[in-house]
Amino acid sequence: MTAETPVLQIEDLRVALPEGSDRPLALDRLSLEVKRGEIVCLVGESGSGKSLAAGAVMRLLPEPAVRMTGGRILLEGQDLAGLPEREMRRLRGNRMAMVFQEPMTALNPQKTVGWQIDEVLKLHTDLGRKARAERTLRMLEQVHIPDPRSAIHAYPHQVSGGQRQRVMIAMALAMDPRLIIADEPTTALDVTTQLQILRLIRELQEGHGSGVLFITHDFGVVAEIADRVAVLRRGELVEQGTADEVLNRPRHPYTRALIAAVPGLTPPAPRSFADAPVVLRADRMLKTFKARGGLLSGRREAVAAVDDVSFDLRRGETLGIVGESGSGKTTVSRCVTRLLDADGGRVELDGRDILNASGRELRAMRSKIQMVFQDPMASLNPRKRVVDLIAQGPIVHGTPPREARDQARELLRLVELSPAAAERYPHEFSGGQRQRIGIARALALEPKVIVADEPVSALDVSVQAQVLRLLADLRERLDLSLLFVTHDLRVAAQLCDRVAVMEKGRVVEMGVTADVFAEPQHEYTRKLLSSIPGRDWTPPDVRDNAA
Amino acid sequence: MPFLIYALRRALQAVPVILMIMVGAFLLLKLAPGDTVDALVGDMGGADAQFIARLRAEYGLDQPVWVQLWRYLAKMAQFDFGWSYVYEQPVSVVLLDRLGVTLMLMCASLFFAFTIGVALGAIAARRAYSVTDNVISTLGLVFYATPSFFLSLMMIVVFSVKLGWLPVGGIRTIAAFYTGWDHVLDVARHLVMPTAALSLIYLAFYLRLMRASVLEVAELDFVRTARAKGAGEGRLMFHHIMRNALLPVVTLLGLQFSTLLGGSVVVETIFSLPGLGQLAYQSVIQRDMNTLMGIIFLSSVVVIVVNFLTDLLYARLDSRIELS
Repeated sequence: MTAETPVLQIEDLRVALPEGSDRPLALDRLSLEVKRGEIVCLVGESGSGKSLAAGAVMRLLPEPAVRMTGGRILLEGQDLAGLPEREMRRLRGNRMAMVFQEPMTALNPQKTVGWQIDEVLKLHTDLGRKARAERTLRMLEQVHIPDPRSAIHAYPHQVSGGQRQRVMIAMALAMDPRLIIADEPTTALDVTTQLQILRLIRELQEGHGSGVLFITHDFGVVAEIADRVAVLRRGELVEQGTADEVLNRPRHPYTRALIAAVPGLTPPAPRSFADAPVVLRADRMLKTFKARGGLLSGRREAVAAVDDVSFDLRRGETLGIVGESGSGKTTVSRCVTRLLDADGGRVELDGRDILNASGRELRAMRSKIQMVFQDPMASLNPRKRVVDLIAQGPIVHGTPPREARDQARELLRLVELSPAAAERYPHEFSGGQRQRIGIARALALEPKVIVADEPVSALDVSVQAQVLRLLADLRERLDLSLLFVTHDLRVAAQLCDRVAVMEKGRVVEMGVTADVFAEPQHEYTRKLLSSIPGRDWTPPDVRDNAA
Repeated sequence: MPFLIYALRRALQAVPVILMIMVGAFLLLKLAPGDTVDALVGDMGGADAQFIARLRAEYGLDQPVWVQLWRYLAKMAQFDFGWSYVYEQPVSVVLLDRLGVTLMLMCASLFFAFTIGVALGAIAARRAYSVTDNVISTLGLVFYATPSFFLSLMMIVVFSVKLGWLPVGGIRTIAAFYTGWDHVLDVARHLVMPTAALSLIYLAFYLRLMRASVLEVAELDFVRTARAKGAGEGRLMFHHIMRNALLPVVTLLGLQFSTLLGGSVVVETIFSLPGLGQLAYQSVIQRDMNTLMGIIFLSSVVVIVVNFLTDLLYARLDSRIELS
């Protein structure tokens, strides 16, 4: 092995999918290299086969259903294909390690953080208990866990999501591996935590000189961390190059389409709504969650999820509510639709008090304010045909069923689905199509306000762009007001006229999107904006100057 | 200290539960035709109406049901369960005399069912869809489908009558007067068949649940993580899968203790074991209401205590649960 031998070489890798899958090969002649001290991003949309590539390298594919059928994988020049399982076990966690996406489920809930790091050392070293404990502590210090001495004894559920991911990284780095495979390691994290973890990976990788294969779907993350980029589409590598080449001068049409779909950070020119009437007004809204406690178990502290929140939403306007998880943005959306009862304050819909509306009044008012939810699969009843899902609302509100169904078919056209979709069931659609159905259902009652809670965060970037375009288009055509809840500042920048930034239940800053993004006033807003991955990278306008 | 408060709170919560059970049982028993006096008079071969009325007055059975209930509860509050007219002893003495056998039978059955069931279930899951799994799963199905009374009778025919290996019934060899180890072994020999009869269906439960649970846990992300760390199959099983897979089985364990008590009625009767189950059966036949109520009280206490222990065990096994 020479100094130039790459840490990882994948040559002509083929991975077969079980019969009856949408394609025979999950990966078709994938060739890829990761050099020492290099971060290679493998980018692709869901189903592109990027995670299976990682599985093939670690030899952790769900065999025999999914198996490697050709090609070679070399770790520092050593061919892995012929190695017996025992030898592979010696390599895993030792010379090559993996960081997974969801740190909550990827850690054993019944073992302490310290135990789980210690296990790696136990498996791969002859160190005594004391030496291992010291090394574990050192690892926790390296990944900057606050108070590592007590963290060692904590269970995964006792530390935050970001800390859990730090533990995962400490585990992966414990043996100073040559190759680290990180499979969407920051996707489940908040944006500020994400940036910290990305920086940590960069810092540790530079310190240890390992090669990193970084799997992601997010071009912002790519711009933040990649040295080189490989783009995967349905199992085939369509483009490979340095980060600068791929991000700024993409050649393959698919890469160009993907990059074109990344929402830019520059908001469109502000529109004026000064003359439009206010359709939704929240005034000093309050919602506290009291932790449950029985008669004898004593009181627990209450959490103010929405604390003194006020805003106006005018006709045709889109107000974004942005913030990290736990900031209370979803609770706001639930309170204004009265899916949750607020504890105080006032919410007026079209000038009428919705918080104190009686059952009958409330039902009438609900038709004016409708919701689109995050997970389109979970929010559509799987046992109902699409036409019935959409027509259900109007039927409840008194429209004759036949008429309601005709309208439903009309709405499908409006959200750009074929009318044939009406007779099918939700599971027969893709994620993006399902979200269109969700939107059609919300529109069926001809509402004035649509409250959308993270409507595009479960979607791939290209699909996300389409759904956002549809929402913007419908907003103009139907003169809708949109209350748009999102954690994704890029999405907010594209769609929202104004944004309200929430932190710990309070609105810390509210203003015209362009102003907030250009000159954030509150410190927290500045922190959020500076944490957006790839904020220094402006996606090139590849659609216009096509080569 | 928090544990003591927790235990105390659980004990307080148990009071209304037991009270409700006792009131319900009392009223249900009163609804059934016939009382102690009917049974006594029946045994005597009949008596005149005057004598029957005097007996009823003496036992307080001529009072309205509410008065009887109130009197019973007032005495129960002082742990006085009355007199058994069948055994000519205080009910508490009769019960304590029988409790040991039943507890022995139940604990042995549960231990056997749990350990063997969990082990077989884990083995079946690790070799899912293989011949081993098929054999174990089929065996489980057979255990599951065989009623315990049938199994008991068949075992008696095979092991006692034909082979002469094990005693037909009872808890000890009569007039053998064993002491020390011989006594222990003698009792153990008497308990083999009842334990088997009582536990096999539970063994099947645990086997099936454990198999499903292990299969489910084996697919979870943290098992994949452990694999990626280089852990071998044995380590995966013992350190990562088993502990998590056991949780639903432990839940079932606590829930089933009460049904096990019901099952012991049948098994004790068949094997003539002098336990609570047999006592319950005889008390029903002889309308020995006080004894019956005592058994109900004792078994509710046992079930509540076992549920409490299960919760403790669960909290110990699952780091995410805190006692509060």
